[in-house]
Amino acid sequence: MPQEIKHHLTDALLMGYSAGTLPEAFNLVVASHVSLCDECRARLAEFDAVGGEIVAMSETAEMSADSLALTLAAISDAPAEEEQAAAPEITGTAVLPRPIREYVGGDVEAVKWRKIGGGVRQAILRTSKNATARLLYIPAGCAVPDHGHAGTELTLVLQGAFRDETDRFGAGDVEVANEDLDHQPVAEDGEDCICLAATDAPLKFNAMIPKLAQPFLRI
Amino acid sequence: MLTEAIPLANADADRRVAQYAGAKAPLSNGAKAKVTQSGPKDRMAWVSHVEAIRDRKDQAAFAELFGYFAPRVKAFLMKSGASPDLAEECTQEVMATLWRKAHMFDPAKASVSTWIFTVARNRKIDILRKERRPEPEDLPWGPEAEPEQEEVMTLQQESKKLGKAIADLPDKQKDLILKAYYGELSHSEIAEQTGLPLGTIKSRIRLALDRLRRQMK
Repeated sequence: MPQEIKHHLTDALLMGYSAGTLPEAFNLVVASHVSLCDECRARLAEFDAVGGEIVAMSETAEMSADSLALTLAAISDAPAEEEQAAAPEITGTAVLPRPIREYVGGDVEAVKWRKIGGGVRQAILRTSKNATARLLYIPAGCAVPDHGHAGTELTLVLQGAFRDETDRFGAGDVEVANEDLDHQPVAEDGEDCICLAATDAPLKFNAMIPKLAQPFLRI
Repeated sequence: MLTEAIPLANADADRRVAQYAGAKAPLSNGAKAKVTQSGPKDRMAWVSHVEAIRDRKDQAAFAELFGYFAPRVKAFLMKSGASPDLAEECTQEVMATLWRKAHMFDPAKASVSTWIFTVARNRKIDILRKERRPEPEDLPWGPEAEPEQEEVMTLQQESKKLGKAIADLPDKQKDLILKAYYGELSHSEIAEQTGLPLGTIKSRIRLALDRLRRQMK
């Protein structure tokens, strides 16, 4: 378990995740943070409860006349699942929470990193195209190039910590940045920092070299 | 005042909310009908229905759940962009999933309608958006023992309060929430709206999580 989490998801993100309307890359950040954070797990349950009430008070759409019979037939074709004990999880020592491991196909050692300069490495995770998810590896003391955002950028710390113009972000913390924030995250000395970052628009770099490299790096 | 109506007699509230859900123009304040919500007994009745499916493969209980929820799930999916045919097919799958996964339902953590909503929502993402849905890691303590009846009652009561709080919201705010859940608002549009009537169920769930974490130590 990470130390105390100080930076949580916004209501808008939790509601969007609950409603099922966020891009897949954002869903991945939300599911990963919730895996680490009881507070946000409880808040998410509440947004799910709102969804439940909305369905319960919803207007109705007429079902076809044979719909119940068809459903019962489908059920008898595939019998009820037997109750299973939860598969033993070897999460204790993993750096990546399970939602990310499912995209990577394993823990950190399975990540296919690519260098993006300044010692920083990244790995793009395959999600739907409307937003991008990537893992970032920032060696202790190194900086991610100074950048701003056209849309929203979510950064979840998985190992180590970084600081930027706003605050310190440790393991489990999530930074929600929008177009108002220009920042330069710097990994703290000590442990190398690993983050999951998701963006719904290309980042805007403030220096020329990263700008030129951007199309190749897909950031 | 609240009435202890049986679930199937909840038409008054349905019509009222349906107006908001489908309204192209906001209703005038004068049109606000009196609130009729399903009471805690109804919610406990739905819980028993799911338990009857789980324990006895009770088709009559399933038929009642189907009669109430399938038309609402179908409407939810159509509001979210599914054609009537796709919504029909999807709804049948959602209801079949309830049968198959009845043993997964935990009435100390969610109301039956919340559970149905999450199943329908996941199906919606799968079918309409053809995307994977990353889900949070399960909590590390494995399956829980049968929950205490009192905990179940409390959670179901909190859900009822939440439902009433949503029903009592000003029309404009309620309209926004419905739009958010139907996928008609972007993330940044949701971010601009505040003041949801939250804070009850969260604290219940938070307490349960704290207790379980302590037990794990």
